[in-house]
Amino acid sequence: MKKLLLSAATLAFAATGALAQDIVRLGTEGAYPPYNYIDESNALVGFEIDLGNALCERAGLTCEWVQNDWDSIIPNLVGGNYDAIMAGMNATPERAEVIMFSDPYKLPDPSAYMALAGTDPSVMEEGVIAAQSNTMQSGMVADTSATLIEFPTADETIAAVRNGTADAVLADRDFLMTYVTESGGELEFLATVPSPGAGVSIGLRQSDTELQATFNAALDEMKADGTLNAMLVEWFGDEVPQFE
Amino acid sequence: MSSCAESFNGLILRALGRDFGDRLLPRGLEINFCDQVFLIASGLIWNVYFAVLALFFGFFLAVAVALGKTSPSRWLSRPAEAFVFLFRGSPLFVQFFFVYEALVLLPRAGIEIGPITMDTQWMTRAWAGALFVLFLNTSAYTAEIFFGALKSIPKGDLEAADAYGLAGWTKFRRITFPTMLRLAWPSYTNEAIFLLHATTLVFFSAFPAWQQMGDALYYANYFAAQTFNPFIAYPLVGMYFILLTLGVIGLFGVVNRRLNRHLPRAARARLRFRPQYIR
Amino acid sequence: MFSFCADPSVLPDWQWMACYLTTGSHFALYRSVLVVLLLLALAAPLALGMGFLGALAVRSGNAALRGVGTVYVSMVRGIPDVIFFLFVPFAIDQGVEFLRHKILCPDWDQPIRQGNDFIVCQAAKMPLASDPAWMHDVWGFTLALIAFALVFGAFAANTLNGAMNAVPRAQLETAEAYGMTQGQTFRRVLLPQMWVYALPGLSNLWMILTKATPLLFLLGIQDVVFWARELGGQKTGHYAYTHPDWRVWYFLGVLAFYLTLTWVSQKVFDRLMVRLNHGQATAGGEALRKAPA
Repeated sequence: MKKLLLSAATLAFAATGALAQDIVRLGTEGAYPPYNYIDESNALVGFEIDLGNALCERAGLTCEWVQNDWDSIIPNLVGGNYDAIMAGMNATPERAEVIMFSDPYKLPDPSAYMALAGTDPSVMEEGVIAAQSNTMQSGMVADTSATLIEFPTADETIAAVRNGTADAVLADRDFLMTYVTESGGELEFLATVPSPGAGVSIGLRQSDTELQATFNAALDEMKADGTLNAMLVEWFGDEVPQFE
Repeated sequence: MSSCAESFNGLILRALGRDFGDRLLPRGLEINFCDQVFLIASGLIWNVYFAVLALFFGFFLAVAVALGKTSPSRWLSRPAEAFVFLFRGSPLFVQFFFVYEALVLLPRAGIEIGPITMDTQWMTRAWAGALFVLFLNTSAYTAEIFFGALKSIPKGDLEAADAYGLAGWTKFRRITFPTMLRLAWPSYTNEAIFLLHATTLVFFSAFPAWQQMGDALYYANYFAAQTFNPFIAYPLVGMYFILLTLGVIGLFGVVNRRLNRHLPRAARARLRFRPQYIR
Repeated sequence: MFSFCADPSVLPDWQWMACYLTTGSHFALYRSVLVVLLLLALAAPLALGMGFLGALAVRSGNAALRGVGTVYVSMVRGIPDVIFFLFVPFAIDQGVEFLRHKILCPDWDQPIRQGNDFIVCQAAKMPLASDPAWMHDVWGFTLALIAFALVFGAFAANTLNGAMNAVPRAQLETAEAYGMTQGQTFRRVLLPQMWVYALPGLSNLWMILTKATPLLFLLGIQDVVFWARELGGQKTGHYAYTHPDWRVWYFLGVLAFYLTLTWVSQKVFDRLMVRLNHGQATAGGEALRKAPA
């Protein structure tokens, strides 16, 4: 009701979306440890949950998390079900055509092929490679001569390698790391490939420039005072590339 | 932007694999209306493949199970009943998930049967694994339909067969089976339509898509996600299915007329075009 | 849950299992069973209501109404239900927001579609961005419910129409002979008698509805299938309870749940059929009458 009385000038402000309400809904997948996942107490946890909450606190926003499966995570953003995506999403040029990104909060994740120990590296060109659908990596596999199989969740791609459906999986190296170290030598990296794009970033509607500016300002602060680096180390270990 | 002819050539057989058309699916802003029309149509290949093969193989198993259910021997009737209960009592969607997860547990190296090693990897592929589930599923539903029909064969027909000295296999082949089929046909038509529609679930359950080969709904969903506009792709796939359904009704109607051709005209059960929802 | 659950990594097997099965996320799985039952409890009467309207439309004297009813019933027949489940909630969601936008924000001068973005004013959001999370869940559930009611309403319309046709003409003619009006005949004779003819079809419909509930998963609702997949996946050291891929066991559990549900439903319907057959002019009713009391 209040909105009807607003002048044209404030209306333009309101038009930029989420900020007007000071409640920002953040979409995440909740199935991508350690980026974001549901723990045993049924709470959303992970690097991005910690980071998102810290960003909102700095920006004075009230944030709410929304869990959404990966395949429809971008359609639901542009459809307005939430205002931002923090789900280990790399800012690729392809995605930048349809949505907009903040500055990166994690430097470009290299992708890696992971396979059972002893797998011949030639499978990367001739074998069957699993990838999560609608990811950067599924596009990368589609461009090679290997056979792509797509799964809706990242967890299923790992299962496919273990049970032999796929020869290898291509995914973010930092996601695969836990599986390799905990497998006791059963799984290993075949190769690491650099990822295109600026790095893992917050996805936003292209019309939401104001929210982008707010998040970027808060990110700059966190990069400057070292809190972002501390968070990265906490969740990904010492070897994670840090911001200067 | 590509022309409609290019879309047709590149996409109409794409569901069979990337060797049969464009390597990469059209993405994002380059998608035009013709792409949607032809790629979704291409996906129908899989829907028809699953439906036709599952119905064909399911028919034989269903007859066997229905006969098993009517058998006086408990050793035959109990397993048949259990089979029907298992597949009619649980959702197909969950059956897909469960069977897929069970199939991937099969030993990777294959199963050794005597001197032969049977490869198991292909069974987790949708064309085999999902077909297997659909086959068992439709067998159970069809068996129940045939079982009902077997029980409602007029007593007089069977007594007349006895009087003519027909027995055993001859009696089954010439009297019991044709009458069962005639009585069951309207419900069986209905089951065929349900099964055709159920094929859209394959790529939404556990079975992964290989090289972006999927059914019509897989592609419709792909387009809806790529263009953020479900108002073209979903109505399109809906329209295709209406046409397919009409095709099924027409085809089964022809068979129905043949099954009933010996009856006096007035007594012929016209295949009820009024839909039944017995499943 | 239990006092000994503090450090799962050092527990013996049975205690580990007891703790594992009582974690918060497992309770979410158990609660999701209630979500499925709630959907069934709400969708069944709604679908029956839709079916009633549909059947009346199909039988209506008004040609336009009859046309609408027939198109509705046959469209759902020709199109797989999954397509409706994927399309209807989305279309209703955007449709409602569009309408609210037109009504609540008439001064809005920007286009609703900006490139890919679907943008309505904040006041038109459904539910509002400021609403608590449970309102969003309820709205999502409502959309799913509408889709179910729409699809199964068409199925029910057909069943009810068939049942109304099946009531013996003589019964209706007798009612007219007694001087009942059309409305009275419908309410006092047709309606009470049609149920026995409708029940086999409706019980069947209930079974189809039950077996369609896992499709809630496709609508982004956290139902039993969602949790089976989520909890069954491999759990690495990021989680307190680590285990390999257990999905096959979780789906076995879901399968058992649905088998129980349909089995119990069948028993209930068998009982109901016996009761409804009392005093009916059918073979079933006759058998009950003759049976020694």
